[in-house]
Amino acid sequence: MKKIGVGSHMQHGKYRFIAGFLVLPLTIYGVFLVSPFVQAIYYSFTDWTGLSPDFSMVGFKNYQRLWNDDVFWKAVGHNVLLLLVLPLITLGLGLFFAFMLNVGGRRRKNAAVAGVRGSGAYKIVYFFPQVLSIAIVALLFQFAYNPNSGAINSFLSGIGLDSVRPDWLGDPGLALWCVMAVMVWSNVGFYVVLFSAGMSSIPRDFYEAALLDGANRFQTFFRITLPLLWDTVQTGWVYMGIMALDGFAVVQIMTVGPGGPDYSTEVLSYYLYTKAFRDGQAGYATALGVALLIVTLVFAGIVMKLGRRERLEF
Amino acid sequence: MGSTSEFSRRDLIKRAVAAGLVAVPAMSVLSACASGDSGDGKQVDKGQKSAKNPLAVNESAPLDVVIFDGGFGQQYAKDAEAEFTKAFPKATVKHSATQKIQSTLQPRFNGGTPPDLIDNSGAEQMDMGTLVGKKQLTDLNALLDAPSFDDPGKKVRDTLRPGVVEMGQFDGEETWILYYAYTVYGVWYSRTNLEKLGAQYPETWDDMLKVCEAAKKKGIAGWTYAGKYPYYLPFSLYPFIAKIGGVEVLKKIDNLEPNAWKDPAVKAAFEAYYELYKKGYILQGTPGLTHIESQTAWNEGKALFIPNGSWVENESKQTTPKDFRMAVGAPSGLDKSDKMPFGTLWASGGEPFIVPKNAKNPQGGMELLRTMLGKKSSQNFIKSVSSLTSLNGGTEGLVLPSGLASSQEALAKAGKNVVNPRIQDWYVALQKEKIGVGALGEMMAGRLTPDEAISKIQKYADDTAKDDSVKKYKHK
Repeated sequence: MKKIGVGSHMQHGKYRFIAGFLVLPLTIYGVFLVSPFVQAIYYSFTDWTGLSPDFSMVGFKNYQRLWNDDVFWKAVGHNVLLLLVLPLITLGLGLFFAFMLNVGGRRRKNAAVAGVRGSGAYKIVYFFPQVLSIAIVALLFQFAYNPNSGAINSFLSGIGLDSVRPDWLGDPGLALWCVMAVMVWSNVGFYVVLFSAGMSSIPRDFYEAALLDGANRFQTFFRITLPLLWDTVQTGWVYMGIMALDGFAVVQIMTVGPGGPDYSTEVLSYYLYTKAFRDGQAGYATALGVALLIVTLVFAGIVMKLGRRERLEF
Repeated sequence: MGSTSEFSRRDLIKRAVAAGLVAVPAMSVLSACASGDSGDGKQVDKGQKSAKNPLAVNESAPLDVVIFDGGFGQQYAKDAEAEFTKAFPKATVKHSATQKIQSTLQPRFNGGTPPDLIDNSGAEQMDMGTLVGKKQLTDLNALLDAPSFDDPGKKVRDTLRPGVVEMGQFDGEETWILYYAYTVYGVWYSRTNLEKLGAQYPETWDDMLKVCEAAKKKGIAGWTYAGKYPYYLPFSLYPFIAKIGGVEVLKKIDNLEPNAWKDPAVKAAFEAYYELYKKGYILQGTPGLTHIESQTAWNEGKALFIPNGSWVENESKQTTPKDFRMAVGAPSGLDKSDKMPFGTLWASGGEPFIVPKNAKNPQGGMELLRTMLGKKSSQNFIKSVSSLTSLNGGTEGLVLPSGLASSQEALAKAGKNVVNPRIQDWYVALQKEKIGVGALGEMMAGRLTPDEAISKIQKYADDTAKDDSVKKYKHK
């Protein structure tokens, strides 16, 4: 009897022990993550200004306004475009560079596969932008894009292309692409390193076998490297997706207006910021936040769906 | 040998969701404040009213001041606070300065414990319309009707420059804001660079085009402007419109009246500016330049004229050549049928000071403002940051730098013909991102014709007029 009693007591004690560990993190999670989410959704149904404690419920008014807001749809469009293009270019370049650094070189005597000459140095160079804060990167590019005395147009003049001196950030047709270029530049190095790590875990004998069968570099990449790296690539896609849904810093620091010219670089996060902090419309801004949440959920859903793929054992 | 792992990716997707949501919780950190109570609203007792203390400041109550630490710095405020504690030795002044006015003070407003005096300025300025609409501010008429600091026979109100009091009013008779600095807007140029072309500041648009043509022949652009922030263009464009069609045109624009922008004066002014683009008088690449980059190009003599405000002298100090001889010109006239004379100028208050409604020591806040509007503090401001203050005159006996002296002359020449468009403080979003970036910037870059720009702006204005989430104001 006594023994059982002790046992159940101990069982009980074990749960309390575990619960004791979980109370703190769960409370922190609840207070700082769950409750703000719920509150944000609540405030999106109010006309709160963000500048005084009084506000009233307005039902779906903020959402109706959202639906009819051209700028909002423009921002969504830009975020979706970023979501499609950014990962494609960044990961594509990252894969290409990583491949060249690891297996793309000429065959040498002692190794079946090797990177291009000087690949060690390239790896470090590619990683440089990752070390700089995004604010500095955006400022540097702002100078480079200066249409009158910036590096890019000076270079164009230098090679005799004096007639082609675009306004870069000042041109609505180019501005968003300028923003994307900066985001690609600052991120590609990370993926080179990530994919290099992934590639180094692919067994060399696969490459040797492929080379013996007469495969060229192009074939080795698409038949061996890419399939075996697929999960890492997807990881990268998710990360880049996060970048694409944000884009706030680059847009705010670099672009015309900011957000322009003529709303050509407006993104959801920046629009939310202007509504909350410039126009005193925190209620509407929280509604924008909720819209951003929905876009994110849809993105995550799609990635999960596409991500279901057979695993390769090797 | 290994397995491509499913685990880390799932984890990452969760993180993606979380990161994408940062915006939501970020908003909520603020919202958490909204549910706070509105404070006990207890104010300190008033002090003994006397000739030296007309606002009945509690002599031992602490004073809490927050200054925007921007182009004008904070030293001028510290100096004035020293004057304040000289008059009230038992009071302590808590001085803080920040560039982040909104993020610092929003929680305090929401919690009902704001400071006693705020310089609500800079990029993080709190929306004035909202503060007024939500009754968060103290009416400053008590201060304006108090005797002035230097001359007890004159009310503070009567010592200020024209337009300053009106700018602080919104709907009624209350004055919610006191603008301390005084800005002169217009077409800025270098006397030296104009002389090199054998030209003088052009008083008519035909002369303006001639000067630009002469400059172009020497490889110099006529104009540049802050292409990335095209809402600098109105600094010379709006008074130009007023000069052509009279001040009523600007008032209609401010009042968001239907078809206000379809006025012939607007069209004439737009077409004149568009001609600068058409004739190639705008510095190459201007649409991609920031205000600093455009000012630097102008300092380097790459362009002759730039629409700007009187802060440019202080802001571009580092890049201005010694013999630049900076000056400001009122907009050149279009032709003889212009309704207002040459010299018509946009000048208005800057650095908006407010005393919150829930301030503990509102009398103290107002008394500090009264001190700052005294001649001693005012001259101190003029000397240290080379900008005028709202105190009318006050420059006697000072040697002013070139640009400031020119501002002073321009104001004297303008006399009564000082215009003050309110659209930039009443409807910030409309003025900056819609009219400025969406239409004027596009027109000056040659991507919209004047007619297209006008239709676009009229639609923006109509949309704002219909938008009931934006508080509306009218000229009295």
